[in-house]
Amino acid sequence: MADEQNNHPPPSYLVNTGKYKGLLGWLTSTDHKRIGLLYLFSILVFFSVGMILGETMRTELFFPDQQLYGPQTYNAIFTLHGLIMIFVIVIPGLSVVFGNFVMPLLIGANDVAFPRLNLFTWYLYITGVTIVIISQVTGNGPPDTGWTFYAPYSTQTHTNVILAVTGAFVLGFSSILTGLNFIVTIHRMRAPGMSFFKMPLLPWGIYATAWTQVLATPIIGITLLMIIMERTLHIGFFDPALGGDPVLYQHLFWIYSHPAVYIMILPAMGVISEIIPTMCQRKIFSYKAIAFSSLAIAAVGYFVWGHHMFTSGMSNFAIWSFSLLTFLVAIPSAIKVFNWITTMYRGSIDLKAPLLYAMAFIFLFTIGGLTGLIQGALATDIQVHDTSFIVAHFHYIIFGGVGFAFFAALHYWYPKMFGRMYNERVALVAWIFLFIGFNLLYFPQFVIGMEGMPRRYFDYLPQFTLAQQISTIGGYILMIGFIIMVVNLFSKKGPKAPDNPWGGSTLEWSVPSPPPQENFEHTPHISGNPYDYK
Amino acid sequence: MNKEMTIHRDDTAARLGMWVFLFTELLLFGGLFLVYAVMRHRYANEFHDASQHLDTFIGALNTIILLTSSMTVAMSITAIQKNDRSMATILLLITLLCSFIFMFDKYLEWGHKISIGLYPGSALMETLKRGDLLFYSLYFFMTGLHLLHLVVGTVILIIILVKIRMRLIHADHYVLLENGGLYWHLVDLIWIFLFPLLYLVT
Repeated sequence: MADEQNNHPPPSYLVNTGKYKGLLGWLTSTDHKRIGLLYLFSILVFFSVGMILGETMRTELFFPDQQLYGPQTYNAIFTLHGLIMIFVIVIPGLSVVFGNFVMPLLIGANDVAFPRLNLFTWYLYITGVTIVIISQVTGNGPPDTGWTFYAPYSTQTHTNVILAVTGAFVLGFSSILTGLNFIVTIHRMRAPGMSFFKMPLLPWGIYATAWTQVLATPIIGITLLMIIMERTLHIGFFDPALGGDPVLYQHLFWIYSHPAVYIMILPAMGVISEIIPTMCQRKIFSYKAIAFSSLAIAAVGYFVWGHHMFTSGMSNFAIWSFSLLTFLVAIPSAIKVFNWITTMYRGSIDLKAPLLYAMAFIFLFTIGGLTGLIQGALATDIQVHDTSFIVAHFHYIIFGGVGFAFFAALHYWYPKMFGRMYNERVALVAWIFLFIGFNLLYFPQFVIGMEGMPRRYFDYLPQFTLAQQISTIGGYILMIGFIIMVVNLFSKKGPKAPDNPWGGSTLEWSVPSPPPQENFEHTPHISGNPYDYK
Repeated sequence: MNKEMTIHRDDTAARLGMWVFLFTELLLFGGLFLVYAVMRHRYANEFHDASQHLDTFIGALNTIILLTSSMTVAMSITAIQKNDRSMATILLLITLLCSFIFMFDKYLEWGHKISIGLYPGSALMETLKRGDLLFYSLYFFMTGLHLLHLVVGTVILIIILVKIRMRLIHADHYVLLENGGLYWHLVDLIWIFLFPLLYLVT
């Protein structure tokens, strides 16, 4: 918190002072803030692509029968939509954008532990995306397996599975290295005096996520390698005709891909834990419970993967255990929700865009979480398995949770990132569109899922028409909201932002907006709780 | 401000990063061990029969070679700490020699199997019993992935050797050698699990 005036304020990180100018200056910079923005814009571009793919599916489903394209194209589109949204957007998501940009600022560090490795992960990420794109246009057509690559179909289909799998493998490698970097950063680079329990809650979320990235991602890596081996060398780990076991594939796949959900959501919860105390000017309720619940979610979340496979064929004992663990993992999530709401109680609530998005997060995440328990319960899961109920549930978690937390974080740290304010009124309009569009889009899917609408079908029975049409209209409203939000943020320069527009007490608000290249002129010394409000 | 002021060295961070990376590597093989366990349980008899056809002598020899190489890497770190550059060089050269002998043994072992038509994707493999097929597939996959790590480790040690000769690694700055050694121990450790699982347990 240095107040002393400098005659020559150091240049902000947005100013090029390195060897290269312009775009090349950005592509070669190892500054964590620049890498965060590289990731931000990559993700916004790929998200737009994924969203347009989703909208074409919604358009296809506006009436029963074929509208835009046939079943094979539909299969390819939902596969690509899933690949992009999961592996390219939400798994790296908050961690690479805000983990990179804000986390070192929050812990009082000048950069991450391995800055060059950090830049390397972005290049790996772009390489992975490029391979996925190439897989769409080469070989015998785009893969049609769904993002899960379930065997034995993925080992038998003639479409271009190998390249898509390789792309996912490279993206996973990028994710592991990011996690490794953040673990070491949080262990070694906290400001003097900042013990783990004086650390803000976003770094806690990032830390729990990073361990999951490091410990779970290699399992999907080896599994994807096995798929490649099976396709090229007929090794037969998963193909029953060769003595393999397709259920084993499902186990291996979900051993990673369920913890991946926590990779996505833990940083989102961290973001919400930053925004709520600041926007309500209130000390966070039960800091330690929130911090520990992040670790608990990461730890228990590692052992619940079987709930994706209740209908696949497992012993009754396995099914009961996975169901029990699934209910257990809901507890730390609920602890967080209660703590956020209690923090808001008697706070001076400032209903600006970051808080609106954060509150939308709590609302949508709670719906997503509670409907998750319907699938965690053994009897009801049989009814809703592979229906659009599942689609609605995970979109409430992934888009309603991670997506809205991403938008919340984007508005909250936008002034810090760019040194400018966005237009609050337009942001409110965008939020209304996004919130209403989102619920119109996904809530009907719960209802028709219960009634038996299967997921991944390009056609449906006439009685689902009304709900499908509401869904499609909701999808377009959602897209309009997203466009308004992006235009509001990135089309023109707003007024100059103060250093601390929200009255936050964490360290990133103590440096200028935008921050100088060296984040902190004087290393901060920490003595108290990060949320120093009344 | 100028970056030079803040370029700092944190050897502990480098070591911690390496350890975290090794966890990742262990879990990569962990997935394979899981598949091995499931398949061994399902095809216990066929796995037993198939493993009889592996050459335990070469396997044991390779185990001894890798254990020796792990020892010499560890000793080279001690040598560097004492600033004994020539001793560190000799010890690393012995390590590399061990690595090349290991690769040569693998060449003999695999070469024999391939010469009788036993390799993934071969016509002979397709005619085997499912359990035998899976055993040999896992054998090639696991030892192949291990060999890949061995090659990577060898390249890393060669780079380290060059840096020692160029005096870039010395008694005050040898974290790269330590990390290279850690990686080499991992290669060794995984083999210590692979050898009994594939060659000995019957």
